[in-house]
Amino acid sequence: MDRFIFLTFDGLSRGAVYAAFALALVLIWRAARVVNFAQGAMAVVTAYAAYTISDAVGSYLVGFLVALVSGLALGALVERGLMRFVGHANPLNDVIVALGLVLFLTAVVGMIFGGEYRAANQPFDTSAIEVGGIPLMSRYDLFIWGTVAAIVVLLALLFTRTAVGLRMRAAAFAPEVSRLLGVNVGRMLTLGWALAAVVGAVAGVLILPTELGLHPHAMDIVFASAFAAAIVGGLDSPVGAVVGGIIVGLILSYVSGYLGAALTPVAVLVVLLAVLLLRPGGIFSSVRARTV
Amino acid sequence: MSTTNPARPAEQPQTVPVRPTRSPMSRFVVPRPLRPGQGSTLLRHLFWVAVAAAVVYFVSYGIDPFRNYQLATVAAYLCVTAGLTMLTGLNGQLSLGHGALMACGAYTVALAQNEFSDRDLFGPWRLPISLALGVLVAALAGALIGVCAARLRGPYLAGVTLAVALVVPAFTTRFADLFNADQGLSVYVDSPPAGLGPYFPPERWQAWIAIGAAMVSLLVVANLVNSRFGRSFKAVRDDEVAAKLVGIHVARTQVLAFVVSAACAGLGGGVLAVISQSVSPSVFGLTLSLNLLLAIVLGGLGSLFGAAWGALLLVLLPYLTTEVTRGFDLSPRLANKLEGNLPLAIFGLTLIVVMLVAPGGIQEAFRALGRTVRRRWRRT
Amino acid sequence: MLRNARRGIVVAACLALIATNAACSDDAPSSSGGGGTAAAVPGVTDTEITLGTHMPLTGPAAAGYSKIAPASKAFFDYVNANGGVNGRKIKYLIEDDGYNPANTQTVVRKLVLEDKVFAILNGLGTPTHTGVLDFLKTQKVPDLFVASGSRSWNQPEKYPTTFGYQPDYTVEGKIIADYVKKNFPGQVVCHMGQDDDFGRDSLAGVEQVLGADGVKSKQKYVTSNTNITPQIQAFKTAGCQVVISATIPAFTALSLGTAAKIAFKPQWIPSSVGADYTTLSGLLGPGKALLEGLIAPGYLPVSTDSANPWIQLFQKVNKEYNGNAPFDGNIVFGMNVAYLTVQALLKAGKDLTRENLLAAVESGGFKNAAVGPYRYSKTDHSGIGGMQMGKVTGGVQAAFGPVVQTDDAAGQVTEYTEAAAPPPANGIPTV
Repeated sequence: MDRFIFLTFDGLSRGAVYAAFALALVLIWRAARVVNFAQGAMAVVTAYAAYTISDAVGSYLVGFLVALVSGLALGALVERGLMRFVGHANPLNDVIVALGLVLFLTAVVGMIFGGEYRAANQPFDTSAIEVGGIPLMSRYDLFIWGTVAAIVVLLALLFTRTAVGLRMRAAAFAPEVSRLLGVNVGRMLTLGWALAAVVGAVAGVLILPTELGLHPHAMDIVFASAFAAAIVGGLDSPVGAVVGGIIVGLILSYVSGYLGAALTPVAVLVVLLAVLLLRPGGIFSSVRARTV
Repeated sequence: MSTTNPARPAEQPQTVPVRPTRSPMSRFVVPRPLRPGQGSTLLRHLFWVAVAAAVVYFVSYGIDPFRNYQLATVAAYLCVTAGLTMLTGLNGQLSLGHGALMACGAYTVALAQNEFSDRDLFGPWRLPISLALGVLVAALAGALIGVCAARLRGPYLAGVTLAVALVVPAFTTRFADLFNADQGLSVYVDSPPAGLGPYFPPERWQAWIAIGAAMVSLLVVANLVNSRFGRSFKAVRDDEVAAKLVGIHVARTQVLAFVVSAACAGLGGGVLAVISQSVSPSVFGLTLSLNLLLAIVLGGLGSLFGAAWGALLLVLLPYLTTEVTRGFDLSPRLANKLEGNLPLAIFGLTLIVVMLVAPGGIQEAFRALGRTVRRRWRRT
Repeated sequence: MLRNARRGIVVAACLALIATNAACSDDAPSSSGGGGTAAAVPGVTDTEITLGTHMPLTGPAAAGYSKIAPASKAFFDYVNANGGVNGRKIKYLIEDDGYNPANTQTVVRKLVLEDKVFAILNGLGTPTHTGVLDFLKTQKVPDLFVASGSRSWNQPEKYPTTFGYQPDYTVEGKIIADYVKKNFPGQVVCHMGQDDDFGRDSLAGVEQVLGADGVKSKQKYVTSNTNITPQIQAFKTAGCQVVISATIPAFTALSLGTAAKIAFKPQWIPSSVGADYTTLSGLLGPGKALLEGLIAPGYLPVSTDSANPWIQLFQKVNKEYNGNAPFDGNIVFGMNVAYLTVQALLKAGKDLTRENLLAAVESGGFKNAAVGPYRYSKTDHSGIGGMQMGKVTGGVQAAFGPVVQTDDAAGQVTEYTEAAAPPPANGIPTV
């Protein structure tokens, strides 16, 4: 039982970061109907920016802010400078360009910073607080939870309470009508990318201390887990991303703990199939397939 | 995603006049009028395949062993891309897991070949039987995935197939006694037949095997595409509801497409195991699956010609980028930073540029070029 | 589609060939093997010897390892600047395989068939190099000093041209277990292993010395799953006091960090593969205090031991020929491989053939920075057989105690008494 409780808390901590990363994927999907395969590589770039500045200044908070700003800039840049010009002969072109971007960004980061691991910066003590002899959560885990919760609340407010949020939703769901009504659809798209990249950058900075360290490929595996999380929850639903992230985090922890680390990919596949065969659009899908 | 409204308006001219609701999956289409075949399709395809095989046969004599190896690799990938471009381009199903299906074929061939040689069973029939077994196992796996895939659309299908691509190492590690975990298996491959002479390079023999397999794969796909099934594939891709209304069993069509493309992947994987004389899980990881997707889109989605371009690019692009960067004379300090990374950066940039310049892929670009040239010709 | 498909088949195949048709060659049998006179030896001219390697320079596995081949190249450049080997300069071709066996297949064939290298040197990785063993055997290419501790390289009957370099994982497991048995009697011993031949062979060695029930908890990890908290918690629950680990550097650091998080403080004894202090402290950053007291075996001098004449030599070469790259165990590894290679080439003599080189390596008796003996003989293709324990004290890793040696079978762990010799004054290898 101790083991189960331990694994549950471990999975929840992991899940929170997957949730944040999945949220970034959901944001771009909602804005542009694109699965951003370059999300991981973009988060690596912003993390390097954050670490370089924060090492120079000696403050974690400054680094965190740099991650936010560079995420905003990079997201806008990628949309304005690249994605906007991708032809839409088929939606796979976006995927291929994103994959090209992944190769390019990782290679450039590798050239500038080298391929070595760089130790993660952490603002808080990561040693776990013990309850009844079971190490449960560290202060850093609580920081992750707090930050992810804040992101969710802020996004919810943005989309439901502000004019910009409304315009963004309109531009994503009915671009023609929105354009007629005077919404600058192109600008909303850029904003969507920038916002998603900010969330991805925060997720990247949050997850690094729980990983091996900063490295050009630091987000490869995280991306796969986060993609699974977003799919499980439903790509159209921010709540789904959070729930999906937690489910994936828990599954990885339980399977590692009880069955062996090597089997986790099988477990992820099984969960994906179990959820999607029952609900092909993810747990929180709202639209029903039209049938004859 | 199947019922959400398309986020962007259709940006290319439509050739099919009436389209009440365009399913978002139809964005996979490069629209092209259907052309009814004249005469016997099979015979005509057989003829062209024979011509191609003959050309390649003579060329394989003219090139050195390493080019033959590259040729064999191109042919092995062509087996897979032919099937994948049919699945994704013509039937609208996205798969990021074809690397895993190749692994099914490759591991089956490895186990069968080694079993034969352990039991001292020799003969020219061994390799075809092993390859056939590989195709069978991959097709079964494809049927399993296909049944699940038939319920899924767009990114959800991508997510599940991506998870499939990631399970290969888990299997080889879990059943390490059989698959030998990360280290993988070496594959017993016969040397070229004695009749070809003592100095016949094994690479040329392997190229012949690979090209033979690629021709089989192309023949099967080309004929299927031009059959009743091929038309159902496209109908399902363009509009599922309409396809159902005209009596096409959508799920069955999708599973069929998946099984055939999985069989092609199994053949390609088996051939790859033969030409590299080894199999290991990291060969068939996510990188391979994504590369296959790159290949068919860069080549030109939905066309077998495009599949061939794609297979060629998969082999030549990494080779050329490395060669180009090798030409630079760098100080040790700079070389330590750039070596390895520079070719990857160029590779990434090439992908982006090709997609921006030729969104329909290389094949489409050439077709457009051909049209322009012909128009000019006529005008003068 | 129909017409295009047809034309596609033909035209694409033709174009594939035209594109790949740049270099044509004939069927001359001389291209297929290492036979005969010096003039026909691939990769050897009167002025040059061409060697090649495959290494991960990019990708997730490149951290650390990407520094090995440039270090070897730097040492070759140093030798070249001082006259080369019997008047021949060594050209070292480094190919990036990204630790992906599919790429290894291609780049090794390119090196052998197109660049016509004399030998493959120090190819890195078990899964990557395993895939090219058969090819190199068929081509009769010397396959020297593979950079991995798998026992696969030591199969002289099956792969007569392949030689290992570092102590294999079983030898290392036995040496660590022997040390634990003598110095931590009665303590609870556990084992953390990578879920492949690395972890498996290491555990086999450990259990050979301690007995199957001598290891209380055995946990495994895979590099694709960075959450190892469940495994570490299992150790804590089992009450482990000594944890022997077959882990790569990133996972040694992760194990230590994760254990600290849940207040679990056993004696860690990682494999030499994942125990380089410079690399680990880079990974742990502010948490590098956790490395205090870490014990690990080594087969080369510690990179920070600047009193060691070998380290002084390698540091000098690193400064002059390697752009003064951050000096760590990987650089020592790469330079010593190059040193050993030059020794073998010298021993093979002026009339350099592939057969001569193989015979030279098999004759054994090499002495260089390695603390233990090289075991090369006609019947043994494994590499260094001896190791010395090292410990981190006050932020400095230093070797201590005797050099011990053993084999990968049932042999005892014994002391190796021959004294270490310094390099020649000019640093140019001699036989």
